[in-house]
Amino acid sequence: MGEQFWTYLFVSLTFGIYILIAFWARASTTKEFYVAGHDVPPILNGMATAADWMSAASFLSMAGLIAFLGYGGSVYLMGWTGGYVLLALLLAPFLREFGKFTVPDFVGERYYSKLARVIAVVCALMVSFTYIAGQMKGVGVAFSSFLGVPFNVGIFIGGLIVFIYAVLGGMKGVTYTQVAQYVVLIFAYTVPAIFISIIVTNNPIPQLGFIGNIAGSDVPMLSKLNSVVTELGFKEYTSTTKSNVDIFCITAALMFGTAGLPHVIIRFFTVKSAKAARKSAGWALMFIALLYTVAPAVGAFARMNFIDTVNEATYIGNSENFEERRSEILSDGGKPIPGWYKDWEKTGLLDFNDLNQDGIIQYRGPDSKDNIKNEIVPNRDIFVLANPQIANLPHWVIGLVVAGGLAAALSTAAGLLMVISSAISHDLMKNTFYPNMSERSELLIARTSAFLAILLSAFIGAFASSLPFVAQVVAFAFGIAAASLFPVVVLGIFWKRMNKEGAIVSMLTGLITTVGYICYFKFMGGVEAGWWFGISPEGIGFIFMIVAVFTGIIVALLSPAPPIEIQKLVESIRIPGQRRT
Amino acid sequence: MEILPKNQRLYWKSVQLFTAGLLSLWFLTSFGAGIIFREFLDQYFIGGAPLGFWFAQQGAIYVFLIIIIIYCLGMNYLEKKYGLDN
Repeated sequence: MGEQFWTYLFVSLTFGIYILIAFWARASTTKEFYVAGHDVPPILNGMATAADWMSAASFLSMAGLIAFLGYGGSVYLMGWTGGYVLLALLLAPFLREFGKFTVPDFVGERYYSKLARVIAVVCALMVSFTYIAGQMKGVGVAFSSFLGVPFNVGIFIGGLIVFIYAVLGGMKGVTYTQVAQYVVLIFAYTVPAIFISIIVTNNPIPQLGFIGNIAGSDVPMLSKLNSVVTELGFKEYTSTTKSNVDIFCITAALMFGTAGLPHVIIRFFTVKSAKAARKSAGWALMFIALLYTVAPAVGAFARMNFIDTVNEATYIGNSENFEERRSEILSDGGKPIPGWYKDWEKTGLLDFNDLNQDGIIQYRGPDSKDNIKNEIVPNRDIFVLANPQIANLPHWVIGLVVAGGLAAALSTAAGLLMVISSAISHDLMKNTFYPNMSERSELLIARTSAFLAILLSAFIGAFASSLPFVAQVVAFAFGIAAASLFPVVVLGIFWKRMNKEGAIVSMLTGLITTVGYICYFKFMGGVEAGWWFGISPEGIGFIFMIVAVFTGIIVALLSPAPPIEIQKLVESIRIPGQRRT
Repeated sequence: MEILPKNQRLYWKSVQLFTAGLLSLWFLTSFGAGIIFREFLDQYFIGGAPLGFWFAQQGAIYVFLIIIIIYCLGMNYLEKKYGLDN
């Protein structure tokens, strides 16, 4: 099969590149292992951050999610980019000026407390493990759907690759492979997008096609889409069924969560200075925006194209000869299903159930006007994956898209592994339990914990296929990061009076409330009618973040001010050039 | 507790003010134009897209990028102005 050949070629080629980079960028000191020696150029760190940040979900699922949600999908677009403004303005430069290795490092020293450090470690580990399991699962899916490799073997291969460059190269190896992975993934994403934009709107730039007219007409693409989907019984594409309050809270939780995610924050420890950290945040957002402004266009085009080609199309069964049956239908003046439909049906991403037994696929929304029931449920990942075929692109483009999806998953997994390994070796072992440990043993423990973390996450990822809630728990990662880590870090920089007591209470408040709310409504039978103020578990992190900020401030004001040397430390990270010794 | 040199105090004041200004812009374009005022803005169009919807799916991201660029330039200027750029 042509496609499978190209997929094998691209995947092994890119994997080979990652391993070569890993050998070239081996880490030999803890400084190199944790923060790539503090000397990554801002533009490269921007690329690495973008790859680190954009996971399998951004690459494969986001455009499809937007295609279904329409305006409702905006929460991901604004939420996952707006966090970078907070990072650049409130965190990254100051944490870089502070000049240590990890987020718990900052919490532990700023709040002069081992307990605070350990709580921060717990938060960082919870966030990272929930996130990494999803990545490993994505790797398994990619391997099993495209390379004919069993799911668990796929996870094993992916884990092995990450193991080689993360354990060997540490942050240095991870950084430079992420740069390569960014190039692979952005190329794989934009090439099919350009072609599908030309097909739908005759404009090669997806962002312009998005606001342009349908090819060969003077009807705006979005107006056409609105009228087509309402005709089928869906809500208008540019509006939503969700309440504004919920949209607001989810967007905010994703933004503050992004800014509080340890694997994103530590990327800014790898550059030379606070100034470089600011610049690097700008580059990161630019590289991310390249994908994030294309995704809504891909989503809209894909929805349009899907309705055009699949709705009211005559189904061709597996027992029939596709080409023969197809020309038969065409000569009868009918519309046969497109060729890509059969390829993707095999993967289980399209599910057709002919309820009225007429052999024709009817796609309908909940308010269907002709009382016909919906007969097809497309998986959201299909839109990015099938794009190259929908756009009639050559076989090798599919191979490229698979390599891109793997690049997105592996780069994020590696970034998370660095957080897990440094939290254990640096924050727990070195700074909490064995302060006299030598650099060599610390490095050994860092590598060992990275290894164990891969094993554990591969294990969770392998089991995840049978656990339906894995996609749901990502809400945890953002909620916990927003409600537990973000407040103490920002208050630690901008409010000198914030003290140990306030920080500990604030972190615990944010952590316990968010985890409790999400667990109750996701796993313990809580129903939508019971949501507080109509806020979904995805958005609740924002509310509890505000609660955590205020409890932290009140407790701090009721207890003694932090010692003078801590107040001086805070001053020194605000003013450039004070901490260089 | 000794007081910081005057230039450092003034520098930090300006940084806070500057940051607050940019964060208001951040809030107005995303939560403002993209969510709170979306329905109102949707009566206007940019190309073929309703304006509020466009802000939520495109415009806000561009503005975020511009905010960070302005921040970088502005911070360089402030560091120079208060003699803290070496």
